[in-house]
Amino acid sequence: MGERHVIDPITRIEGHLRIEIDVEDGKVKDAWSSGTLFRGFEIFMKGRDPRDAWIITQRVCGVCTTVHALASVKCVENAVGIQIPENARLIRNLILGAQYIHDHIVHFYHLHALDWVDIVSALSADPKKTSELTNSINPNAPKSGPGDFKNVKDKLKKFVDAGQLGPFTNGYWGHPAYKLPPEANLMAVSHYLDALSLQSRLARMHAIFGGKNPHIQTYTVGGVTCVNDLNPDRISEFMFLLKEGQNFIDNVYLPDVLAIAPFYLDWAGIGGGLENYLTYGMFPGQGGKEPESLWFPRGIVKGRDITKVHPVQVEKITEEVTHSWYKGEKSLHPSVGETDPWYTGLETSKPEGKYSWLKTPRYDGMACEVGPLARMLVNYVSGHKPTVDNIGFVLGKLGAGPEVLFSTLGRIAARAVETKVIADEMGGWINELLANLKRGDMETFTPFEMPNSAKGFGMTEAPRGALGHWIEIEKKKIKNYQMIVPTTWNGSPRDAKGQMSAFEASLIGTPIADPKKPLEVLRTIHSFDPCIACSVHVLDSEKEETYEVKAV
Amino acid sequence: MCETRNRFVGLEPKKRVEALEDIDRRDFILFCTTIAATLGLEASWVPKIAEAVERAARKPSVIWMHFAECTGDSEAFIRSSYPSTEELILDILSIDYHETLMAASGEAAEEALRLAMEENDGKYIAVCEGAIPMATPPGPNGKPGDYLRVGGKTGIELAREVCGRAAAVMCVGNCASFGGVQAQYPNPTGAVSISKATGVPTLNISGCPHNVVNSVATIINFLLLGSLPKADKLGRPLFAYGKRIHDTCPRRAHFDAGQFVEEFGDEGAKDQWCLYKVGCKGPQTYHNCSSVEYNDGTSWPIKGGHGCIGCSEPQFWDNMSPFYERLPNIKLPGVEATADKVGLTLVGAAATGAAAHATYTLLNRKKFDETLKDDEGEE
Repeated sequence: MGERHVIDPITRIEGHLRIEIDVEDGKVKDAWSSGTLFRGFEIFMKGRDPRDAWIITQRVCGVCTTVHALASVKCVENAVGIQIPENARLIRNLILGAQYIHDHIVHFYHLHALDWVDIVSALSADPKKTSELTNSINPNAPKSGPGDFKNVKDKLKKFVDAGQLGPFTNGYWGHPAYKLPPEANLMAVSHYLDALSLQSRLARMHAIFGGKNPHIQTYTVGGVTCVNDLNPDRISEFMFLLKEGQNFIDNVYLPDVLAIAPFYLDWAGIGGGLENYLTYGMFPGQGGKEPESLWFPRGIVKGRDITKVHPVQVEKITEEVTHSWYKGEKSLHPSVGETDPWYTGLETSKPEGKYSWLKTPRYDGMACEVGPLARMLVNYVSGHKPTVDNIGFVLGKLGAGPEVLFSTLGRIAARAVETKVIADEMGGWINELLANLKRGDMETFTPFEMPNSAKGFGMTEAPRGALGHWIEIEKKKIKNYQMIVPTTWNGSPRDAKGQMSAFEASLIGTPIADPKKPLEVLRTIHSFDPCIACSVHVLDSEKEETYEVKAV
Repeated sequence: MCETRNRFVGLEPKKRVEALEDIDRRDFILFCTTIAATLGLEASWVPKIAEAVERAARKPSVIWMHFAECTGDSEAFIRSSYPSTEELILDILSIDYHETLMAASGEAAEEALRLAMEENDGKYIAVCEGAIPMATPPGPNGKPGDYLRVGGKTGIELAREVCGRAAAVMCVGNCASFGGVQAQYPNPTGAVSISKATGVPTLNISGCPHNVVNSVATIINFLLLGSLPKADKLGRPLFAYGKRIHDTCPRRAHFDAGQFVEEFGDEGAKDQWCLYKVGCKGPQTYHNCSSVEYNDGTSWPIKGGHGCIGCSEPQFWDNMSPFYERLPNIKLPGVEATADKVGLTLVGAAATGAAAHATYTLLNRKKFDETLKDDEGEE
């Protein structure tokens, strides 16, 4: 056993996460991931009107806002047995697409970049050389003249000289694991600032059709309510914001990833962890049939074998609580889970101990990674053309094969590629929407009668990975409501067999230069884009029965 | 304070913030001129003047705490347009602790918090996001507040430490202000507002999440005047929560005319008629959504064709739901001629309606739980 180190709080994530590591011979030997907040969503969902579920569950997460709303309306629509109008499907696709553009950019620049970019080093950059560096990667880079970078450097200097470092206080500046030259650091700082203002504008895409962001308010079981926003004015406003996003992705975000990656190629061999990758797929096509019409396919890549995608069978998903603060020993399907919070305190030093509010999901007994990397792998192996082309482009630039994707760096590259692939597709959905409106089709809502009792499920993808909601309706009320969310897959404690989930597994073997400044741990954990508020929930059903899977 | 408020009341959000910024600059120049005139002293005094100016120019320290929440209010805060997010979080404020944005993690983060509290003792602004779970989880080692721990401390301990030494505490969002989503029936973690958990009075920028226009206006008000804006009895600043949604709603004329959306997607919905019958809680909700809108004035829920859910009100999750059912005890207007009378009647009706409805909803849900238990008993 090595020396134990604790990182709590892990910052630049959503939610409350604690990581403990054992370090031996300068490497992580063992790791424990703990979610330290419990809110009890499924408990207070009980007894509510099923139409309200999406409004409540959207509050599970304010970062991946809209995705819980989507999974929830889908699960009630599945239970009720209705299909939404084409316009509603397209609006939901556009809102989901906008979520990815916003969320991935914020993640890369504001939640992840400071693990790779040393702000203090940027102070010694030469603005002229920074300009040359930026233009050597992308001649079309905006705001990339020597004067632009001088302004940023001056601003940064003034900020540092004033002695109030604000959010940059106590960062691991000067850490030996920072490898970028000062010019690359200045370039990245400049784009960190640009992205801060950009994300505020990009969120307006949600507000146009969603009423506001975060937490849109125009979904409803049966469709969407924003019928008055289906006009040329609003649609063109959306298109110009999308264009601004695309411009940034093509000329700043992707080039930045390609500029920074070569300095950190060792991270293409660190942080891989698990070998199974699961995605539910997303963006239903015409008719909305799932999984058949999904533009991003549903599937699993097992054992890092990139010659085959396996189908997902929903009934093979189970959750267990051996190391979680709940009672119970069996692995159960979400529709028949058991509940009982049982707090023992942190027991990371006991082999059988409990140490997290997160439960541990498994697919057919396997631990799976979910998220952008899982989606890009499943897309890639399925032959999804835009993914194949863009992954090929990035790998070509880095002079590497697809095996480098199974890593911390691979997650970052997959996320950037995904942002581009989605943004480039959204124009097509806008055209479909316009064609409908031209034909005079303004349908946005399918009326329905709430059944007395019914069951349903809704699956989609959050930026962080596979997201599923399950509902059981009785007497027109919610009898049971379940969510299995991305960070539960990735950040959960080990299972009864001792198999680690993705966070823990990916940390094993990570080199640690200075355990007091565990920058390397942050790099890998942040590469998953953790969202802990979502992950912590409780299963609440007493009866064991098979789940009926209804295809809509 | 009144004078300053009058200067921006009625202005559009953009203009209002610009007006406040103007005051800021004017005040600062005035401040510097006064110092120069008063301290026109020998060269040996220069370092002291510089220090004084520097101290005056110091950005106010903000310590932003996350408790039981979803980070939606941090996200809302970085949607600022005027000032831009960059200016707001790097130039105007010194955000010395904010778990979503800060570079430092673990011990370095805890150290940043300790430093910010010591260096700015009694002077920092504590911004709280999220409720405090007070209950004790079942289990061998459960203690009160164990549903949330950060850096080993419970939410209760952290909130008391940080709020107790702040110059002012501003709650952003409904969770910190009133307990929020996790405090709804049956409130399994015993979640309460920051003021209940700490005993410290707070200014509450409620909403789910709050509108950044309102938190920024409040902060700038505080910076300029050294005091918090005038608030209602729930601690919400009047400039933002002084009027009912219903009274400032652009669809109000349709309510008065008895023109209602009966079902989403119908002709009334396409004509932007009143959403009252499909559940709008505007008649019971105090918030400035219709005048400032969200995301740089892009939209707000009613503009998006969906009813208000009352998210700025205490316990709206219980009191305002089911969200697609109309408010009880409000008589509907029939014809346009009675419009004024209808408006007047409604104010009173809404107030009594709120209490009655809360009880009604809770009773219904408790009853439902009991039926379920009965069912299980029979099996």
